[in-house]
Amino acid sequence: MHVFRSIVFAASLAGLIVGALISVVQFFGTVPLIQKSEVYEKAAASAEHKASHSSGGEADHHHDAEWEPEEGFQRNALTVAANILTAIGFGLLLTGIYALRQRPVHWRDGLFWGLAGFAVFVAAPGLGLPPELPGLPVADLTARQTWWIATAALTASALYLLILRSEPWAAVLGLILIIVPHLVGAPVAPESHTGVPATLSHQFVVTVVLTGLLFWSLLGVATSLAFERVSRQRS
Amino acid sequence: MQQTQSANLTTVATGTNVVVQAVLAMALGLFVVGMVGFSHISAVHNAAHDVRHANAFPCH
Repeated sequence: MHVFRSIVFAASLAGLIVGALISVVQFFGTVPLIQKSEVYEKAAASAEHKASHSSGGEADHHHDAEWEPEEGFQRNALTVAANILTAIGFGLLLTGIYALRQRPVHWRDGLFWGLAGFAVFVAAPGLGLPPELPGLPVADLTARQTWWIATAALTASALYLLILRSEPWAAVLGLILIIVPHLVGAPVAPESHTGVPATLSHQFVVTVVLTGLLFWSLLGVATSLAFERVSRQRS
Repeated sequence: MQQTQSANLTTVATGTNVVVQAVLAMALGLFVVGMVGFSHISAVHNAAHDVRHANAFPCH
C-alpha cells in the first residue's frame, strides 16, 4: 500500500499548507462579505419571526435549538479546519491523478491539473449556481446539490475526453458533456424579496471565483511538489 | 521467454495495484469533501458554514 500512503501523505501536507493560506485570504475576502450579508439575513428573520408571532404561529421555533459555533475564535477556527479538510480532500483527487499517470509530475503539470480542478469544481457549477451570500432566496438544497455534483462529474468526464483522448469523437462528446447540464438548467430559486444589496452579491461572486482560482492553483502546485518529493524518497 | 512473460505479468500486477490504490485515495478525498461541503447534519453544516459559502457549495 506504499502508493496509497504516498498519496495520503502528500495530499495531507499540501492540504494543510493550502488550507491555512486560503483561510487567511478568506478572512480578508469572503468572510467580511458573509458577515455583512448576515446583518440583512437576521433583520429579515426577526421581521418574519414577529409576523408569525402576531398571527399566533408557533412554527420555526426549532431553529433556535440548532447548534451554531460561537462568534469569533470558535467560528474562525472551524473555518480554518473546514478549509484544511476541503484542501486535503481535493488534494487526494489531484494526487490520485498523478499516481494514475505513473510519470514524473512537474509543478507546471500540477498547476495545469489545479486549473482543471477550478474548471470542474468552481467554473462549471458556478455558471448555473453562482456563489451566494447567506440570506438570498434559494431553491431546494438537495436539488441544488444533485445538480452541482452532476455538473462537476460531467465536466470532469468532458475534460478527460478533451485532453487525454485524441479521437475526434471524444472531442465532440466532451463538448456536449460540458453543455448538457446547463441546457437542463440549475434549480431555480423562488421569486422573493431580499434585503441583501446587489452590489454586495456581485462583489461576493468576484471574490469567491478569484479565491477559488488561487486555491486550485496553489493546491495543484503544492500537491505536485509534495507527491514528487514523497514518491522519490520511497523509490 | 518465460522470464519475459513473468516480468510482464509482474508489471501488469503492479500497474493494477497502483490503480486500485490511487482510486481508493481519490474515493477517500471525495468522502472528505462530501462530509465538509454536502452533509445535511445541521451541526456539521453550521460548523463549515463560511467555507461552504466561500467555495460556492450549495447552502441555504
